[in-house]
Amino acid sequence: MPSIKRTKFKLSPEQLLEMFYWLKLIRAFDERLSILVKQGKVRSGVYTGIGQEAIIVGTGFGLRKDDYICPLHRDLGSFLMKGVEPGVMMSQMFAKTTGLSKGRDSALHSGVSDLGIFGNTSMLGANLPVAAGLALTYKMEHTDNVVVAYFGEGASNVGDFHEALNFAGVQRLPIIFVCENNQYAYSVPIEKSMAIDDVADRAESYGFDGVAINGNDVLAVYQSTQGALARARSGEGPTLIECKTYRWHGHSEHDKAFYRTNEELAMWKSRDPIPTFTTYLKGLHVLSDQQEQDIVERVAKVIDEAVEFAMSAPDPKPEDAVTDLYA
Amino acid sequence: MSKDLSYLEAIREALAEEMRRDPKVFILGEDVGAYGGAFGVTQGLHEEFGDMRVVDTPISESAIVGISIGASLRGYRPVAEMQFADFISCAFDQIVNQAATLRYRYGGRASVPIVIRAPSGGNVSGGLYHSQNPEAWFVHRPGLKVVAPSTAYDAKGLLKAAIRDDNPVVYFEHKFLYRRAKGPVPEGDDIVPIGVAATRREGGDVTLLTYGAMVTPSLEAADRLAKEGVEVEVIDLRTLMPFDKAAIFASLEKTSRVLIVHEDVKTLGIGAELSAVIMEERFDRLDAPVMRLTYPDTHPPFSHILEQANLPNPDTITGALRRVASY
Ligand SMILES: Cc1ncc(C[n+]2csc(CCOP(=O)(O)OP(=O)(O)O)c2C)c(N)n1
Repeated sequence: MPSIKRTKFKLSPEQLLEMFYWLKLIRAFDERLSILVKQGKVRSGVYTGIGQEAIIVGTGFGLRKDDYICPLHRDLGSFLMKGVEPGVMMSQMFAKTTGLSKGRDSALHSGVSDLGIFGNTSMLGANLPVAAGLALTYKMEHTDNVVVAYFGEGASNVGDFHEALNFAGVQRLPIIFVCENNQYAYSVPIEKSMAIDDVADRAESYGFDGVAINGNDVLAVYQSTQGALARARSGEGPTLIECKTYRWHGHSEHDKAFYRTNEELAMWKSRDPIPTFTTYLKGLHVLSDQQEQDIVERVAKVIDEAVEFAMSAPDPKPEDAVTDLYA
Repeated sequence: MSKDLSYLEAIREALAEEMRRDPKVFILGEDVGAYGGAFGVTQGLHEEFGDMRVVDTPISESAIVGISIGASLRGYRPVAEMQFADFISCAFDQIVNQAATLRYRYGGRASVPIVIRAPSGGNVSGGLYHSQNPEAWFVHRPGLKVVAPSTAYDAKGLLKAAIRDDNPVVYFEHKFLYRRAKGPVPEGDDIVPIGVAATRREGGDVTLLTYGAMVTPSLEAADRLAKEGVEVEVIDLRTLMPFDKAAIFASLEKTSRVLIVHEDVKTLGIGAELSAVIMEERFDRLDAPVMRLTYPDTHPPFSHILEQANLPNPDTITGALRRVASY
């Protein structure tokens, strides 16, 4: 494992603790969802990002409210970090009126324009041309805002990916393409779906830089993102950051994932981004055992309240099946 | 000899038998290999036929269909799987512009014998992008054939017919029926010809035209009407393009009343075309306007409450039958 302390962009102890909180919260949220599926309380397809939290936190931390994010289907945590209440996200999974889509869809198929969150369809890669469109308007308006767009390595085989990157390269758009390379697209390992080792290499053919980094190292992700953000904000165009990681659960909660070995999973679990960061923070004396305990309790409370909120929220009314179709 | 199979098993059996019969038949799609497909339809086939006849593809629907077209021009008979029918839109251009028109622009000197399998339909809490019924899009494009079986028997027989057909065939298999529809399926070749409807229930008072997952609730509603002294003839179209005009007109001769039931939305759904044809060619045989009971013009929502509000069911079909019968 590469060392965790590259520090070009400094973080205060408070910021480091906040990062720690987000890592814990996002992990706990997905873990709870997984249980709710097993209990039959959530009927939605649930695609957890357990094991990938360092990417969400490292890229999302320090984004401005008026920057835009275009998350992928595992990035529930991105919604939380950008300001959606946990209870609202939970309601989304419970198909309640208090969810983002008011029961019309589950998962992350909804967005919040005021918070700079684009909600994708299921169609993989379809968020990327939209991300380029959002970034184009920043360029038109000469602002220094940035779009951060996420995709899996599998989605980088979709035409939309290439069309979006090409356009972003031609226009030198203020956009960061974040690849969450978790090694598998559903059952298909990366070596069976592309003939190169690094998705990052794809950036070169569109005229901008791509870097491949350890996606389980929250500070490495943060440092890379900050560099790319600075370039994008100053008009230097896009960057592709490929974060190597691993998804611990199946593709969805219904997938037993027998296509991979227990050894492989165990190896990646030993690279769990959270304990690595915990040890680092404790070594710096930024995090005490007591503070850790407090954060764990705070997280549990937030999740409990979110579930409580969602479960007691009103169901949609049948007549709402045919509303909100046209403006 | 016949044995009881589920709809899903019947599809698998058709694939296996056709692949054994004809070395030019092969399968391609996402996760179709060792994993056996998202729903398990291709389970065991990779083991039997190997990498080159059960080809795992990257997430590239447009390429999956394009590759199929290319292979078909060299005498192969590819069966392409869309993981969900909802994703068929990502391959739309290859289907409607490339496959559908090829024979026409080649002056009739070539054909595209491909099958595109598309798991469609709702009532599975799939939400907006895992529940769609996009059959009408393809019916609307000359050069394509479109089938939608409702029984295990037809699932097998129609798939065999589709594979042997020299035209591009879009084969809609309904997800709700995968494990719920079971029945006797003959071993070996029992082809269900494309273009021939099946009368599921005879009756002299009202003709009910339907297909796919709407057949069973339609039969239930017909049984209820029988108790009120109204005999409903239920016709399962099975093929949507070219649909079986002769069977429709023959039934109309007896009943002079028609109700069309489908799960696709109303506006410009199959029902619109069936109704127009009946009006144009059999206006004088009608004692009532042709009526439709369909999904409302909206998206398939995730919430169980919202989805059930949209789907035609035995109660709503019974009501519609009464309206047609008493007009
Ligand atoms: C266009 C399209 N085709 C197929 C699917 C079905 N599907 C959902 S997720 C997935 C695998 C995605 O892999 P990747 O992009 O690497 O992201 P990951 O799930 O690994 O995070 C597939 C095939 C889809 N959602 N969209």
